[in-house]
Amino acid sequence: MSIESATGITRIVLILLYAILVNNVLLVQFQGICPFLGVSRRVETAAGMGIAVTFVMAISALVTWVVQKLILDPLGLGYLQTIAFILVIAALVQFVEMFLKKSSPTLYSSLGVYLPLITTNCAVLGVTLINISAGYDLGVAVINAVGTALGFTLAIVLLAGIRERMELGNTPKNLRGFSISLITAGLMAVAFMGFTGLIKG
Amino acid sequence: MIMDIIVPALILGGMGLIFGLMLAFASKKFKIEKDERIEQVREALPGANCGACGFAGCDAFAEAVVKGEASVNGCPVGKAPVAKKIGEIMGTEPEEGDDKVAFVRCQGALGGIKAKAKYSGVNNCQAATDVAGGDLACRFACLGKGDCEVACPFDAIHVVNNLATVDREKCVGCGICAKACPRGVIDIISSKSPVGVACRNTDSGKDVRAICMRGCIACKLCEKKCEYDAIHVTNGVSVVDYDKCVGCGVCVENCPTKAIVDFRKLGDVKAALA
Repeated sequence: MSIESATGITRIVLILLYAILVNNVLLVQFQGICPFLGVSRRVETAAGMGIAVTFVMAISALVTWVVQKLILDPLGLGYLQTIAFILVIAALVQFVEMFLKKSSPTLYSSLGVYLPLITTNCAVLGVTLINISAGYDLGVAVINAVGTALGFTLAIVLLAGIRERMELGNTPKNLRGFSISLITAGLMAVAFMGFTGLIKG
Repeated sequence: MIMDIIVPALILGGMGLIFGLMLAFASKKFKIEKDERIEQVREALPGANCGACGFAGCDAFAEAVVKGEASVNGCPVGKAPVAKKIGEIMGTEPEEGDDKVAFVRCQGALGGIKAKAKYSGVNNCQAATDVAGGDLACRFACLGKGDCEVACPFDAIHVVNNLATVDREKCVGCGICAKACPRGVIDIISSKSPVGVACRNTDSGKDVRAICMRGCIACKLCEKKCEYDAIHVTNGVSVVDYDKCVGCGVCVENCPTKAIVDFRKLGDVKAALA
């Protein structure tokens, strides 16, 4: 199947599946590894992180697309892309932080430093930049961002689940913690290679 | 030409301003009512973030106090004055508690402890311990290389004549030195404890005597002389039962190796340092 030839709802589903499975942001593109390892100790926090990233990615894809097409392109300021996008993402992350602090202090404290670090999560900047360079229109850009974020959530929740089980296992002392997590992440990436070619981008 | 600089600056500045205003609005809207006592309690605390209270730091402790999860005299560093201040903020009287103090259970350097090897590696206790258990003949002894001195945030423990020595005026009993000591020589005891056995060697008296003149030889003289049943030789070393000890000092006087210390008669550390 190919995204190019599909239309309508099929196209949306294919874009989503492509972003979630075939071109997974964490396990295929290796962007955003910092929270992937940092917040994958427990499933609930991992899911919370996934939701926060999904929110930031979707809104920032929307806003950055508008900023690019309505402000930067007409004025010929395309070279300001990166700095302008970072500004948008940083503002959104600040907003999410305030919102979480108010609505879910538990999640806020368990995400800890990784929440403001979404600002520097290269996956967020990556997806917004790819949206522009691939020439997506607004709808596709947002769908792609949501798909990417869902792929992020899927991968981080899977890793958190494995790590929770691994806590109980008899891991050799020198491999405990990040070492075994990195090995696990590597094996997961190998597994995700199985999706290659399922959908043509 | 100049517009090439001004326009981008204005655009970015304008975007920054808009986002800034939005965030300012959001911070008003999502404002959290915080108990101002947390801030006040935090102010009263020493701010060493040593974690001796059992919380993640002074901030966490302040929050726990206000929530009622920690007692007002839970800070072992600030002791009574801080407990009083926090008590005033919280409107409660501090409970009577005892202060803690570190106690180095070794006097090897004073007792002419023998060396079993010459150590010339990295000058800290951890490294020395890692090499065949240290350079001293006694495997329980203070190596005197000052891991505790480095670790202490209160400048309260110093290596004096190759022996870690506690400055009881400065010591707050946070236990950081005890954790830093790779040999486990340092105990945290109540500062009201009158006496203590400054040796942990569980070997036979003959073996102890062969390497150190200030070691506990488990002769049980202290046990026999104590009228209050407050000191016993267990596992080859004498141990004080602080629940029963009244501080008469008989054990200190009778110990043939002077392994028992009377804390009330300790020399001034500052004088020793000078």
